[in-house]
Amino acid sequence: MAAEGHSSIDALSQFKLEPALGAIGHSVNFTQANLMMVVASVLVLALLWVGMRPRAMVPGRLQAAAEMCYETVMSMCTEQIGHEGKKFFPIVFCLFFFILFGNFLGVFPYFFTFTSHIAVTLALSSFVFILVTAVALKEHGLHFFSYFVPQGIPAVLAPLMVLIEVISYLSRIISLSVRLFANMMAGHVMLEVFGSFVVMLGGAGALYLFPAGLSLVVNVALIGFELLVATLQAYVFAILTCIYLHDAVHLH
Amino acid sequence: MNKDAGGPDGSFNSRLQAARIKQGLETPPKPTGKDPGGAGGSAWGVGLRLGLEMVSALVVAIAIGYGLDRYFGTRPILLLVFLPLGIAAGVLNVWRMVMREG
Repeated sequence: MAAEGHSSIDALSQFKLEPALGAIGHSVNFTQANLMMVVASVLVLALLWVGMRPRAMVPGRLQAAAEMCYETVMSMCTEQIGHEGKKFFPIVFCLFFFILFGNFLGVFPYFFTFTSHIAVTLALSSFVFILVTAVALKEHGLHFFSYFVPQGIPAVLAPLMVLIEVISYLSRIISLSVRLFANMMAGHVMLEVFGSFVVMLGGAGALYLFPAGLSLVVNVALIGFELLVATLQAYVFAILTCIYLHDAVHLH
Repeated sequence: MNKDAGGPDGSFNSRLQAARIKQGLETPPKPTGKDPGGAGGSAWGVGLRLGLEMVSALVVAIAIGYGLDRYFGTRPILLLVFLPLGIAAGVLNVWRMVMREG
């Protein structure tokens, strides 16, 4: 954490990867990010499995939660992609809840936020990109490449427009991953900075107790804000995946 | 059963219609208009996302230009060619996003 002996705010060391699970984790480079990914996946599976076990007509609390998760993603798929969207329900569901639980777990103290690493989000968005391209190629064959030629443009401009469209298409990887990564990282840096304010001002004497308390209040508000951002960013990632899949299935 | 068509408030037919559309048995009367996903949040958030759309296209264009320059050994030329293309693609991204949100 920040500012033990020296008086500077060390907001970025919270993102450092450390091996987890002792000697075994050390030898295979199993970091705490990997550990949190496993925890998030297990929690999602547990929610669905434990929640759906009663199979009651009138759902209990956990079952209602599990059904609500299903309904949310299902309506997201069908509304954005159309009824072909049901084919993509499993992948959108996995992406949404993996990211959502990763974001939520990061809000807990001492827990690591794996979505605050560009390596993770870039891997996720590259995966989405490759999936979307593969789906488009499978659905439309070589006709897919007409996606890059806008309708009704003069033949002189066509090469230019194709280049611009290709760049725009490729930029999805960057924007999708940076959006998630930047939001999560910025939130956690803010938390760390205001947390350091509390410690540093609180230790600086009676005069500074009021600003220290103020920083603490800000930090509490930031935690709530983080919960909002966590949900929103997971939702945005999933819905953009749906929109890209819609483009892939329908072209234009 | 003979009152189904009328139903309470005539809601049966509309609910049946909604359910059939959801199952893909009927096409919805109007394809999905606005997407709720792009929206979500303040003007501040919208501005950040617009900026990100522009910058990401620029990053891709610069990466392509720089990479091709490295490959062909024509240091600044292709980078300079791709830079305006990247800016254009960024504007295109922003345009698409704004159009989609209505």
